[in-house]
This record gives sequence, C-alpha cells and structure tokens, in this order.
Amino acid sequence: MAELLKKDQMKPGAVAEGGTMAGLYTGSWRTYCPVTDFEKCTHCMLCWIVCPDSAVRVEGGKKLGTDYQYCKGCGICAVECPADAIEMKLESDLSEQRKEGEQP
Amino acid sequence: MSERMALTGNDSAAYALKQINPDVVAAYPITPQTELMHKFAAYVADGDVKTEFVTVESEHSAMSAVVGASLAGARTCTATSANGLALMWEILYIAASCRCPIVMPVINRALSGPINIHCDHSDTMGARDAGWIQLYSENCQEAYDNTIQAVRIAEHPDVRLPVMVCLDGFILSHTLESLETSDDQTVQNFIGEFERPDNLLNVDHAETFGAFALQNYYFEFKKQQADAMVNAVAVVQGIGSEYGTLTGRPYDLLEPYRCDDADVVLVGLGSTMGTAKQAADDLREEEGLKCGVLKVRCFRPFPGEQLCQALKDVPMVGVMDRAISFGLGGPLFHEVRSARYDAAGPMMNFIYGLGGRDLSLDDAGEVFRTLARAGESGRAEPTVSYVGVRE
Repeated sequence: MAELLKKDQMKPGAVAEGGTMAGLYTGSWRTYCPVTDFEKCTHCMLCWIVCPDSAVRVEGGKKLGTDYQYCKGCGICAVECPADAIEMKLESDLSEQRKEGEQP
Repeated sequence: MSERMALTGNDSAAYALKQINPDVVAAYPITPQTELMHKFAAYVADGDVKTEFVTVESEHSAMSAVVGASLAGARTCTATSANGLALMWEILYIAASCRCPIVMPVINRALSGPINIHCDHSDTMGARDAGWIQLYSENCQEAYDNTIQAVRIAEHPDVRLPVMVCLDGFILSHTLESLETSDDQTVQNFIGEFERPDNLLNVDHAETFGAFALQNYYFEFKKQQADAMVNAVAVVQGIGSEYGTLTGRPYDLLEPYRCDDADVVLVGLGSTMGTAKQAADDLREEEGLKCGVLKVRCFRPFPGEQLCQALKDVPMVGVMDRAISFGLGGPLFHEVRSARYDAAGPMMNFIYGLGGRDLSLDDAGEVFRTLARAGESGRAEPTVSYVGVRE
C-alpha cells in the first residue's frame, strides 16, 4: 500500500488524492438496475453526462454499457434517455447473464 | 481621509461591505439583518460596487452559493441572523473545511422558540464549533472596523478561514451612532487583492475541494483547520494593530477596561460591555467599588492565555453570558473558567438578556455588587445565576 500523505503535505480544503471513490464499490446498494436496449440506443451520451457516479461505460464515442460495480441504481439515466432505451428492472429479477446481455 | 457619519449597525456593516466591494454576495433576508442586505442591494443597483449579487431562496443556499464562488476564486460575503444562521448550519462547516475566507456579519438574535427576534447570542454561540473565527462588536464603529479587518484575517495565508462579525440585534443593528469611516481607497489599500491560485476556474491546475476523505485522510484535514485557528490568534492581533496605525483605532483579542486595580471584573461580549463600562465608572465614583470590565472581542479562536494574563490579579471575576448551553450554564463562563483552570480564583456566571431583555445600568451595578459581596464573604455561590428572570 502506498504511503499516505502527512498533514502538511496536503492542500488545505482540497482533495488529498484523486479517485477517492474508486475503492468504494457502491453497486451493492442497487435495488433497480438500468438495462440498456441497444436496438434503441442512439449513443447520444446523455446518460454518460447525467450519471452522478460516472458508471456509464463508453469507448470511442459508443456506449458500451453500465459499470455495475459502481451503479447505485438511481435511475436518472432511464428518466433522461431521449430514446427510451433504458429500463429499470428489479435487481432480484435479473440474473448476471441477463444484465450482461445489455452489452452490444 | 476619514469621514464622520451617522450610521446604524446595519448601515455600518453594509457601508463596510460596499467599500470592500466583494466579487460575489449571496443573501436572503431575515430580521434584524434584512436592512443590511437591503442597503447593500441598493449599492449594487446604483452601480457603487461591482459585486455579483445573488438573491437565493434560503440561507442554506446563500451559504452554498458563497462557498462555490469562494472556491472559484472570488472574494465573497453574506450576512444573516438567528434562524437564518441555523439554516446555514450544514454549510457553515463546509465553508470552514473548504477553507473559504467568507466574511459574514451576523446580527445576533435569539433562536426560536418561543419566537423572538431580539438580541441574544444563542445563534452564534451554537455555531462556535463550526470552524469560523468570531469577532464580537461593542458598537457600530466596531461593527464597521471588524468587517473590514475580517477580510484581511480571513484571507491571510496562515489562516484562510471564514469570519463571523457579530453585532447585537436592534441594540446595534437598528441604533444610529456617529462613527468614523475611512475613504474607499484607504479600505481597498488595506484589504488588497484577493488571490486564491488553487481555484476551481484554474484549468491549468485543476483542483477538487471538499471531496470524499475517509478514515485515512479526514483527521489530517481537521488538524489543518485546528492549526489555522491557532495561527489566527497572532493574525487577529497583527491586523488589529496595523488597522490602529491606519485609523487611530487599534484592536486586540481582548479589551481590558479599568482592570489594573480592580477588585471585581466582569467579562463579556458585545454591546453590554458598553453598559458595564458605564456601570463600572458609576460604581467607582459613587460607591468606591473598584470595578473593571474585560471585553472579549475575539471569541474564536479563544484567547485563553491573554485572558488569564488580564485576569491574573483580579480577586473576583464574573462572566456575563447572553446565551445558555442547556444543562451546563453560560458558554463564555465555562470557557473562561476552563482557560483559568491552573490559576483560577473564584468565578461566578451571570446569564442575562435572552431574547433582547434589557440589561440596565442598575442591573449591571447589581452584578458588580454581587461579585463584591462574594469576594468579601469568600463564597462565590451560586456559580450560575440568572439576571432579571421572574421566578
């Protein structure tokens, strides 16, 4: 484990080290799970913009899916999606395979 | 160049804010502070300041807006009172921990309930652990002077903490007083430019403020705040003395009045110290009672060392509290007594004036006499008593 900064090495009021949330897996908080229908998805990236947890996976301008390690299931993406391509499904009704089924 | 003006406490703080010309002010009205921002809004409307004035929907939002602006590198001010301060509570701590040098006149007023809009110190006493520096003003002159000095204190690189400039509701906020003001340029030269290089708008050196810090880092941030408060002691003194050179009105952490040969001394905050000084003069002249007054101007950081020094030869000390820490007594009393633990003589606590109840010259005189009787009998009892409560 890397050595932690000491008090006087830290900038007052600012973040000590970047990525403070990276080690905190909030996916287990989820009750409802966003599942993207890639038949409808236009890759407009609105879900990527509005996601408060940066849990929308994107590569080369295309949405790849949701990072379920961090997605808390807030549902903002589903409400904002202009193509109506994201559905919130009850977590307990989903198998891991069905979730992964959203990948394009 | 200085000018003598007739101003209320609200006017004097607003006039100081005008001369400070902050980049951003966000505010919400609450009696008895409303007039202050009313006045400042007029300066904005008349083009007397360049301030971006944000009218928000609550005090919680007012404090949030100035925190954001401060982190973006702006010099920021707001003002509030009583329940308005209470509504800011959550963000008070965030302002201090994000090290935002916000300057905020607080017009001291009772907290509900029962609903009461008059003076006491319940509001700012409750906020004493929020991490803000607190300066208390005896009169409108001090409200003006403290507001200007607060900018320098808050922004000092060894400090960088928000400052509350406390002034008594109605007793000062709505009372006209003749006071001395500096010209705009003098004030501008005194406060200088605000620079916060590590700000949110500096895209070359992007920073995040107030983000997550867990068990591994939170404590170090808090120790930084504690250190900054310790640093503030010398900064408040240094700036107070520099201001004295500029204006002829020097300031310190405490103001002792006729304490040198005093048998009894009253310690307290704000406008009541003016009453106490007059009562001390009267009793010395009319009854030969050697009374003194020790005004605490800077309550946070608490000047314990300086206070012990000022009280070291005083046989009998009384502390006036215009607030109650329920289940304990008066907050100022307990801090004074705690600071004097190693050298303490007997002390008594007098709680008075809640909800704006007047403390008359006679009341102040009676408190001095109570102290004198306790000094003679050697029994400082009861420790806590309430001045003028019907029971």
